[in-house]
Amino acid sequence: MAQQEPGGVSDAALDPTEFGRVQRPSRVSGIGRFTARRLLTGLGTLAFVLVFNFFLFQMLPGDPLARYKGAREISAEDLAALRQELESPLWEQFFNYVKDPLQLDSYSTIQGKPVWEVIADALPWTLILLGTSTLLATVIGIWIGIRAGWNRGSKFDKNSTGITLFLYATPEFWLGLLLILFFSTGFWIFPGIFPSGSAIGSGLDPWTVDGVISIAWHTVLPAASLAAVYLADYSLIMRASMVDELGQDYLMTARAKGLMDRAIRRGHAVPNASLPTITLIFLNIGFIIGGAITVETVFSYPGLGLLTWNAIQADDLPLLQALFLFFSVSVIVFNMIADIVIAAIDPRIRL
Amino acid sequence: MTTDTAPTVAIPSVRAIRWKRRQVATARFIRAFSRYRSGLFGVGILLFFVAVAVSAPYVFPEYLLDPNANLSNSVYAPPSAEFYYWMGTDDLGRSVLAELAWGARPSLVVGILASIMAMIIGTLVGIASGHFRGFFGGSMERLTDWFLVLPFVPTVIVLQAVLGETTIWITVIVLGITSWPGTARLVRAQTLSVEARPYIERAKVLGNSDWAQMVRHILPNVMPLVIANTTLTVAIVILSMTTLAFLGLLDPNLISWGGMLDSADATGAALQGAWWFLIPPGLCVIAVVLAFTLIGRTLEVVLNPRLGSN
Amino acid sequence: MSSSVEDVHTQTEIVIEVDDLHVTFEGREGGTARAVDGVNIAMRKGEIIAMVGESGCGKTTLARTILGLEKPASGTVLSHGEPLQYSGRALKTYRKNVQLVLQDPTGSLNPRHSVYEAVAEGPRTHGMDDETGRVSRALAMAGLRPPERFFLRYPHELSGGQRQRVVIAGALALDPDVIIADEPVSSLDASVRGEILALMLKLRDELGLTLLVVTHDLGLAWNIADRIVVMYLGRVVEQGPTEEVLNNPQHPYTRALLSVVPEMHGTEQIVLSGETPDPTKIPSGCRFHPRCQEVRDGVAEKAGVLAACQSVSPVILSAQIPVGETELGHDAACHLVTPPPTA
Repeated sequence: MAQQEPGGVSDAALDPTEFGRVQRPSRVSGIGRFTARRLLTGLGTLAFVLVFNFFLFQMLPGDPLARYKGAREISAEDLAALRQELESPLWEQFFNYVKDPLQLDSYSTIQGKPVWEVIADALPWTLILLGTSTLLATVIGIWIGIRAGWNRGSKFDKNSTGITLFLYATPEFWLGLLLILFFSTGFWIFPGIFPSGSAIGSGLDPWTVDGVISIAWHTVLPAASLAAVYLADYSLIMRASMVDELGQDYLMTARAKGLMDRAIRRGHAVPNASLPTITLIFLNIGFIIGGAITVETVFSYPGLGLLTWNAIQADDLPLLQALFLFFSVSVIVFNMIADIVIAAIDPRIRL
Repeated sequence: MTTDTAPTVAIPSVRAIRWKRRQVATARFIRAFSRYRSGLFGVGILLFFVAVAVSAPYVFPEYLLDPNANLSNSVYAPPSAEFYYWMGTDDLGRSVLAELAWGARPSLVVGILASIMAMIIGTLVGIASGHFRGFFGGSMERLTDWFLVLPFVPTVIVLQAVLGETTIWITVIVLGITSWPGTARLVRAQTLSVEARPYIERAKVLGNSDWAQMVRHILPNVMPLVIANTTLTVAIVILSMTTLAFLGLLDPNLISWGGMLDSADATGAALQGAWWFLIPPGLCVIAVVLAFTLIGRTLEVVLNPRLGSN
Repeated sequence: MSSSVEDVHTQTEIVIEVDDLHVTFEGREGGTARAVDGVNIAMRKGEIIAMVGESGCGKTTLARTILGLEKPASGTVLSHGEPLQYSGRALKTYRKNVQLVLQDPTGSLNPRHSVYEAVAEGPRTHGMDDETGRVSRALAMAGLRPPERFFLRYPHELSGGQRQRVVIAGALALDPDVIIADEPVSSLDASVRGEILALMLKLRDELGLTLLVVTHDLGLAWNIADRIVVMYLGRVVEQGPTEEVLNNPQHPYTRALLSVVPEMHGTEQIVLSGETPDPTKIPSGCRFHPRCQEVRDGVAEKAGVLAACQSVSPVILSAQIPVGETELGHDAACHLVTPPPTA
């Protein structure tokens, strides 16, 4: 019997309407179009977060007025206005909220300042911590992952996988406490060289050499705690995608072509295997902004995390609500950046 | 019709064969699993902690945990030879060893229950968003994406405040509600790949409803992945719970490892060099989280033929 | 060729009819793909029709639409003269009568279901009685004997041919009138192909089943089909009794397909030029003209139809038996065969 494919097309699997295949015609799209679409879904998510934020905080038990007034000085008229607003029907409150989702006029009850001012004060600290720890975690994590994945089964692979799994299972604040015990208190053979109190003490100006050194010195331990935990994440993913990538046909081809091991690694395997890790790094940036709460608390590091903790302790709901919004938005934004960056690198993703 | 005489198959024998097949499959699974030393190691650690959790009330009487019953003990006493005080005392003079043993209970209970809750929600949403095209499937997918961006700790805090008291059940619910989107995403991807198989097309043509397709064909085929993923989720939930306890957001009457670390931090154990109240609870958390991670990773390989072939 | 061709052609009970069917897919960027673009087909009881064409010609989409898996953009699928309804209940009833056999028997069986479960799935879904009896009869009919021996086997324990027999048994268990088979043997070993084809002929002869076999393989069509329908880019370009179509192909496309079949010696291989067809960009005029060897070699120009080939779409072939005739004829949608009215 003839097994001839007439007309030149030989692979029935190419037929997009093939039985049992996903019934979607393949499509090619530009990065611009992709970005536009991604921005649109990002806006949708943002809308959800706003609504969620509003209703979640609406449902909180207790007297709303007390919550929103807090410790700040307030005139009788403003108080009356606030009361009126809080007692208006839910839909009206929601309407007011949608008109001004950032709640620019809301005040932190503990600090007596507008919430966004409070957040702006703490943000630079968080950025320093985040930048340092992400840089460390990324560089070390990816390096370990590449080496372990390339030499799978080697001694390096076994040891590093063991250590990274251990770090992966470690609560970052516990690591912080240990670092304080070892390097701040000084314990056993370890010297207590790093400070654990607040970085900018009385009268120290952050814009002087002393100020910068103090900040740097205070950032070492918290950044190390965060970096250690996240580098575990990155190196495990990087290793897995390296192993995956090494099984691909094109790498066999590259090896068969006689390319040097090193050249293959640099030119082929690493760039392709990096994609999942890059995605994860961006995703984590969004989450670390809100996730550094415990570490910042342990080290009394005055970033957004410590601010959140203080807001929890003092039931500062306006501040908490603003922080919640800020954290959500940063996750959305970095999520979006991750998708767009990946799509720019790898056209297969632009579906 | 050229049929042979209609055969009657004795039901018990069918059952017997089916039972035999199950046994064979189970034996094969155990053999495959036991090839991975890291997985066995995880199982070993887990069994140890389960034993500890179960036996804690018998080995360590409850008075050891009562702050008022231990007033005469010295605070932060270093480890001593007496069994109850092998690990010294905490900031209230209680036995650290007893607290460690009792602390295994909430970790395991909350970790497993919240993960099962996340598994159920995630699997339902994931299969629905992968199976249904159009508005419903799209909404499920959006819902997953939305919940995925909620910042964990603040969400949990607010949810707990909304749900009222911080009992252990509230913690289970809160962690369950916040842990499902990852599972849903994974299940969705797997559902899409199962949907692309011809037997789903065949099932449709045989007249199966959407529900029957999902229950008979998709669910059994995503289940191995779900089980492996749920095991990994337990690890993450236990870490999250430790974070919550550390932030003082757990039932204060509950003895937990995270709560111990909270006390240690609050009373300056690190600055006083009381390592026995600081290092052991962390190591316990790591051990249990590591156990679930190792088991989950091994299950992933054993239950996924594609990865297993390497 | 089957011996019962004559009997079949005198029977006129139409089981399934496809009337001016159009199926389109929306590409997100690429515009609309007209996968099926005006097709008429009538399937008579006990007839085996082979639908041939290259990948992407719309034959599989057409088959899916006949099964109600795809909704047509316009036109109708009629079952015993009744238009197909797309409600869940109506489709379920309809599919009891129209069953499907797929190309890849390995993929068509859920790896976690035993043979019994795979075959019993249909009767169980439709709440039919005597499940065990049905399953064993269907397995026996499909050539798996003694059936009980296969009940608890799993697909991975069977050979490719046995798996395809299980799939066929799964369809038979519902007592269907029609089976649509999409490349039923192309993923099987050559040695097993003949057996499966023989089985299909046997089912037609013994159960009076109507079969629509979708294939790219003219050799297969020659072996089992009573009638051949040649599709190109969403449309039927030639149809007729198998023997006539294969011995005396009218359409240049059919001739090109035939010229590369090894059994058809004596003809020179015709190499088609041009791109593989794209259903989002269907050429004007005759959709085959950019690749047509008659246009390329100047035959069309000599016959004075070149302009028509480029601008006038040939008449869509009808599935109706012409007035005054007793059976379907042999016709082709080509200006060289039927000159356009203006020429």
